[in-house]
Amino acid sequence: MPWRRRDAELPPLLRLDRLVAGHLHPVTRPIDLELGRGEIIGLFGPNGVGKSTLLATLLGTARIHAGELWRADGLRLRYLPQRPERPGDAPISGHEFLAWLDARRLDPPQRLAACLDRRIDHLSGGEFQLLCLWATLAGDADLVLLDEPTNHLDCAHVELAAEELAAGQEQRGTLLVSHDIEFLHRVSTHLVHLQ
Amino acid sequence: MTNLFLIPFLAGLPLALALPRLGQLLRMRDEGLAALGLAHLASATALAGQAAHLPGVLGAPLGALLGGAAKALLGARGNGAFALMILAGWCATLLIASNSALGEALAHAHIEGQLYFAGVAELIAALSVSLAMLLALPWLTPRLVRARLFPLHETANRMPAWRWHLGFDLLAALAIAIATATLGLMAAFALVFVPPWIAHRRARNWRHASRLAAGIGLTAYVLAFATALAFDQPFGPLLVLVLLSLLGLSAIPVGLQSRPNP
Repeated sequence: MPWRRRDAELPPLLRLDRLVAGHLHPVTRPIDLELGRGEIIGLFGPNGVGKSTLLATLLGTARIHAGELWRADGLRLRYLPQRPERPGDAPISGHEFLAWLDARRLDPPQRLAACLDRRIDHLSGGEFQLLCLWATLAGDADLVLLDEPTNHLDCAHVELAAEELAAGQEQRGTLLVSHDIEFLHRVSTHLVHLQ
Repeated sequence: MTNLFLIPFLAGLPLALALPRLGQLLRMRDEGLAALGLAHLASATALAGQAAHLPGVLGAPLGALLGGAAKALLGARGNGAFALMILAGWCATLLIASNSALGEALAHAHIEGQLYFAGVAELIAALSVSLAMLLALPWLTPRLVRARLFPLHETANRMPAWRWHLGFDLLAALAIAIATATLGLMAAFALVFVPPWIAHRRARNWRHASRLAAGIGLTAYVLAFATALAFDQPFGPLLVLVLLSLLGLSAIPVGLQSRPNP
């Protein structure tokens, strides 16, 4: 289960040493993990094992019960939750959405670019999920945390999600939680099985 | 228009343009009742100030700023905090009116609207707060929208987000207080609430919505002012009537398919 980078020429972005995450009580077992730029670590495991709790700990909304969490100095972080917020009454175009989230480091994939003139509250659930994924990836973040990014996506949209993840991959480290093992195998550079 | 009415007209004009843009952000934050809550507090402290011989435009911001600061510092979000402000402001206004020499006349003026009594002080205050909004909103808007859509972004990056949340709350409180003291309670609330409601249903994007909302506010204001003057009617209720009529007209082509009111 523990993952340590074999190629450690560059300093890591994130290191977990025997980290036990939880809220009021510990949820995870001790986790060892190291993540560097260019890597995509896929986290999987049964429900309740603490995958989302681990992400919450990295975000600062859950507690560290044991072990250590180290973040690189000045680390810029972006997070895509399982269900991104979408106000019901939001005249915000896709272009404005990406501009306001500073997601302009990369050009969007062609199929996503076609949606950007529309309001975000007029997009389908899948289109909005892909827009949020791109907004998370195309910013200036060093570390990206993705919680079930393929939820509610059909096959064509999963294809586009994989394309988005590959774009600019070398510029960031990515921690990806998913139940979709096929997707994890396809996009991850390493897999970590939480038990 | 005679000089007697020129200054009141000019005092309300910048507010008619600026308040709808403020309302857009309040709507985005699911804080549609903000204007009504802050306006009630502003009305109460304006009345208390007038009982102590202070101009309304000085007394009004006190209550609204205290309410806005308390809300921001206590971390209250959503309409619950504003519902409490409405209740507190309403009971304070009526109790002050009943127990001061001003009597009910001033309380009615605050509720019905007293635009024709606006003078140079109200004009300067309205221009200043509208200019402040014009400068601050382009900077605040992306931050507030990001906080609404990705609420954990600020926590995760250890950003001092309280600064812009507090800044916006205070700016909203100040603008609504000055509008309440200038236009009246319900007129101020209507300008914050109705134009963005229409614009958000119709606009292609945020920029378009901002222009549309400001245009609706301006049109309604000019129409209401002219009608009130021509037919000797109270300004506040006429402005609300014009805005409600525009809301009704805007609903017809889209088949009344509006989203629920926040």
